Amino acid sequence: MGLASISREYETVKVIKGIKFGILSPDTIRRYAIATIVTSETYDEDGMPISGGLMDRRLGTVEPGVRCETCGNPPQTCPGHFGYIELARPVIHVEFVGLIYMLLRTTCRECGRILLSPERIEYYKKRIEKYGEEWKLISFKLIEKIRKEASKVTECPHCHAPQYKVRLEKPYSFYEELEDGTIIRLTPKDVRERLERIPNEDLPLLGIDPEYARPEWMVLMVLPIPPVQVRPSITLETGMRAEDDLTHKLVDIVRINERLRISIESGAPQLLIDDLWGLLQYHVATYFDNEIPGVPVAKHRAGSRVLRTLAQRLKGKEGRFRGNLSGKRVDFSARTVISPDPNLSINEVGVPIEVAKVLTVPEHVNEWNIEKLKKLVINGPFEYPGANYIIKPDGSRIDLRFVRDREALAETLAPGYIVERHLIDGDIVLFNRQPSLHRMSIMAHKVKVLPYKTFRLNLVVCPPYNADFDGDEMNLHAPQNEEARAEAKVLMLVQEHILSPRYGGPIIGAIHDYITAAFLLTKKTTLLTKSRTTSLLIEAGYKGPLPEPVIKWPIELWSGKQIFSLFLPKAISFTKQASICLKCPICLGMECPYDAYLVVEDGEILTGVIDKNSIGAEKPENIVQYLIRAYSTDAAREFMDSVFRMLIKFLDQHGFTMGIDNLDIPEEAHRRIREIVKEGEKKVNELIKIAKRGELEPLPGKTLEETLEARIMEALSLVLERVGNVLSEYIGLDNEAMIMARTGARAKKVNVTQMTSLLGQQSVKGERIRRGYIDRVLPHFKRGDLRAKARGFVYNGFGKGLNPIEFFFHAMAGREGLVDTAVRTAQSGYMQRRLINALQDIHVEYDGTVRTAQRSIVQLKYGDDSVDPVKSFHGKPVDLDMIIRRTLKGGG
Amino acid sequence: MVEVMTKRKFTVLDHELVPEHIVLPPKDANRLLKTLGLNKSQLPWILASDPAAVAIGAKPGDVILILRKSRTAGKSIALRLVVPG
Ligand SMILES: [Mg+2]
Ligand SMILES: [Zn+2]
Ligand SMILES: [Zn+2]
Ligand SMILES: [Zn+2]
Repeated sequence: MGLASISREYETVKVIKGIKFGILSPDTIRRYAIATIVTSETYDEDGMPISGGLMDRRLGTVEPGVRCETCGNPPQTCPGHFGYIELARPVIHVEFVGLIYMLLRTTCRECGRILLSPERIEYYKKRIEKYGEEWKLISFKLIEKIRKEASKVTECPHCHAPQYKVRLEKPYSFYEELEDGTIIRLTPKDVRERLERIPNEDLPLLGIDPEYARPEWMVLMVLPIPPVQVRPSITLETGMRAEDDLTHKLVDIVRINERLRISIESGAPQLLIDDLWGLLQYHVATYFDNEIPGVPVAKHRAGSRVLRTLAQRLKGKEGRFRGNLSGKRVDFSARTVISPDPNLSINEVGVPIEVAKVLTVPEHVNEWNIEKLKKLVINGPFEYPGANYIIKPDGSRIDLRFVRDREALAETLAPGYIVERHLIDGDIVLFNRQPSLHRMSIMAHKVKVLPYKTFRLNLVVCPPYNADFDGDEMNLHAPQNEEARAEAKVLMLVQEHILSPRYGGPIIGAIHDYITAAFLLTKKTTLLTKSRTTSLLIEAGYKGPLPEPVIKWPIELWSGKQIFSLFLPKAISFTKQASICLKCPICLGMECPYDAYLVVEDGEILTGVIDKNSIGAEKPENIVQYLIRAYSTDAAREFMDSVFRMLIKFLDQHGFTMGIDNLDIPEEAHRRIREIVKEGEKKVNELIKIAKRGELEPLPGKTLEETLEARIMEALSLVLERVGNVLSEYIGLDNEAMIMARTGARAKKVNVTQMTSLLGQQSVKGERIRRGYIDRVLPHFKRGDLRAKARGFVYNGFGKGLNPIEFFFHAMAGREGLVDTAVRTAQSGYMQRRLINALQDIHVEYDGTVRTAQRSIVQLKYGDDSVDPVKSFHGKPVDLDMIIRRTLKGGG
Repeated sequence: MVEVMTKRKFTVLDHELVPEHIVLPPKDANRLLKTLGLNKSQLPWILASDPAAVAIGAKPGDVILILRKSRTAGKSIALRLVVPG
C-alpha cells in the first residue's frame, strides 16, 4: 500500500509532442455541431428548454436528474455537445482583424496572389524551407520581412491589376482608397471574397498554414454554440433562473440574426439591412471580447452590469490562466494573525490548537504506531490530540465526527489503514507570508501547538518574511506525504535559509532588542554577580563549567564579554569594526577608546562590543555566517536559540526604556544649536542678497535660480549635519535612544536630532517645497519669498512640536513618501511577474551550463565562475585568509 | 612641422568595453558544440548586422566566440550563433 499511494502510476496513452493552433472552418463547425440553433427563445411556459433554442437538451445538461438527449449520460458524465448558428450575413472575427488587414494589403485585390514576383516567391520559399522546423524563429523574422515587402507593392506582378490602399478603421471596418481619392467600404462579404481568392501556395510565405487556417475562415459565416456546461444557468433561492453572461450574449446574437434573415428574405430596404448587419457584427464581436477599445461595452439588460464574455474569462488576475491554472486554492492550509514568541526555536512555529484540530496529517498504521493512533482515534475530532478521518485499505473514508463508538472503531485499526490525525508538535509545515518575493518567503517550520489564536514565530525570522506584528497575517500548509515532508525538512527548514542567495550573507540574525541587549551585555562596564551570571547561563542552556570570574574580591564578578564568549566556539576568529564606531579620522584599532573595534580570537572576545555589525540580520560576515561556515547550520541555529534567549533575559533584568527624558539636553547645547541654525539662516539670506544683486556665479549646467536653490539646499543640509554633530557631544551611549541608533538596533542618529532639535528642510521631488499658491507655498508668506522659513525649513523638532505651517510642510513631504512607496510596490510587483515568467524554468544542468526548458544555452558556466553565492566567501570560492590563519596556528 | 595623418577606420573592437569576438572555423565550431552536447539552434543569437559581427566579418551560420573580462571569474566565454538580420 504505502508507496503505491504516494506515486500513483498512470498508463501512458499518448505523449504530447506539440500543440498546433488553427481556425475552425464553417464545415468543421457544422460537423462538430449536434444541433442548429434557430430561435432566441430559451424556455417554454413550463420552464422546459425549447428544442432549437440556446438551452436545447441536445447540447447537454447540467440539471441533476436529467439525461442528455445526445449521449444519454447524466450531467456528471455528459461532456457537452456543440451547436451552431448559420449567420445571415458574414461578420469579421474581431480577434483576427490584424491578420485580415495584413492579408488584404499583401495580396492582389483581383487575383488574390501574393504581391511578389514569381522569382521573389521562389527565393523566399526556398529560404523558409531551408530553415524548416528547427529555425522557426528565423522564419518568423523572414515572414515579417516578406509581409513588409509585399504590402509596399502597387501593381500586381501576376495580373497587373493596380493595388489600392486598404485602411483598417478600428475595431473592425475596412475601407479601400481608390486612385481618385474615393473611399469605398469593404463589407465583411467583400473581405471574405478577397480572402477566398488567396491561393494555398502563397500562404506559407505570409506565415499561414492553409491546412489549419484558410484566411476566409477568419470571417465568420457560422458561429459555434458552446454546450450548456460552458455557460450553466443558476437557480436563485427565489426559484428564478439566472442565465450565464454567455447565454445572454448568444440570445442577442440569435435574435438579431433572425431579424436580419427575415429582413433580407422580405426584401427590406438596404439601409435597414446594413443597420442590422452592423448590430450582428457588434454582438458577435462583444461575444468574443467585451473590452474592445472603441466599442461600447455590452451590458446586462436589466442592470448596468458589464457582461463577462469569452476573452474576459481568460484575461487578467482572476482569469482562467492566472486565476485557475497558475494559481489554485488548496486544502490543508490555515491563515491567521502572527505574533512574536522569543521562546520558540527559530525552526518552530506556534500553531493554535484550533488550527491543529483542523489541519491533519495522514499517518499509515503500522505495528509501531498502532497504539498511539488508537488513542488518537478514541479522542476523535473534537478532543486534542485526536484524529478526523480513517481511511480503510479499500479507500473508503470514515468521518470520525459521525462515529458513535470510537473505541470500538479504534479496535478495528490494523496495518494498511490510514489515520488522518491532528497536527502535533514536531510536524513539518510550510509557513508563508505574502508577497512571496524570494525563496525565504516560504520556509518549513516544526509545529509547536499552543493555546490562543495566533501563529507565533521567533523574532529572527521577521527579516526573511519581512513580517512585523501590526496585524500581519500568514499562511500555513501541512504537507500530506512523507516525500513532501522530507523535501521540506531538508530543503526548506528555516535554518537552511539563514544565508540568503541574494548576497551570500545571513538574512536571519539579531534585530532590535537582541542588538541592544548584545551591546549592553558586552560593553566594558558590564560586570555581573554570580547569581545573575548563572541565571543567564541557565537561560541559554549552558552545560559547561562556570569560568573563573574576572574580579574575585570583594565579590566575584563576571564580565559580559566573558559570558558571551562562552558561546563562541574555538574556530571563530575575526576582527571587525562595531556599528557604534565613530569613524575617527585615525582609527586606533584594538586601542579604540570607545571599545568599537571588535576582536574575537579563538572564540573569545578580546576587545570591542557585539552589536549590529557582528550579529545583526542582513550583515554579511557576522558571527552567524562564521558559525555556518566553520560548523553547520545546526550550530548557527543552536547559537540563536540559546544566546538570543539569554540576551532577552539579560535585557529584561537590565531594563531598557526610551522616555521623554532621553531628549533632555543641557541649555548650553540648545544655545549652540540655535546658533548653528541662525548661522545657516544668515548664510541663506546672504545668498539671496547676492543673487538679487546679480552677483551669484552660476554653477555649470544650471541657471541662476537653480544655482541659488542648490546653494541654499547645501547650506541648510549643512545645518542639520552640524546640529547632529553637536548633539553627539551631549548625547552619548548612556542615552537609550542613542544606544539604539548607534548599535543599529533601531532608527538612525538623524531621528534623535529630529526629536531633540529640529527636522530641517522638508522636500518634495528633491527640491525645497515650492508648490501651492502663485510664487509662494502658503498665503502666510510674501510672493517670491526665498527664505528658509517660507520654503519648507522646519525649525522645531518632534520633542517641542511643530507650528501649523511647519506641520503642513512636513505633511507634504510625508505624503510624497507614501505615494512613492505605493507606486514603487505596484511597479516592482509587475516587473517581478514579468521576470518570473521569463526566467521560471532556467536551471543549472549537471554539466554546469545554465539552460532554458528547451535546453538552449543561457550561460556556459553559472555566473561565469560556477560559484553559488550562498557557499562563497565574499564572492570568492575559497576563503584564503581563513585557511592561512588556521594553518599558521597549526590547528585543524 | 607637418604631421602625417594616417586615416584609420573606426572599429568597435578597439573600444575597451567591447570584448574580443572571434569567428570559429566551422570545424572547430562543430567540435566545440559536440563536446558541449549542443546543437547550433540552442545557442543565443547575434545579428549579422551587429557592429561587432560586422567588424570581424561574420556570416549567418557562423559561431562567434566572445571572450569577456569577468569580475567574478576573471575571464568568461560566451558563444553566439550569427543569424541573418
Ligand atoms: Mg505589518
Ligand atoms: Zn451529452
Ligand atoms: Zn493580381
Ligand atoms: Zn573606531
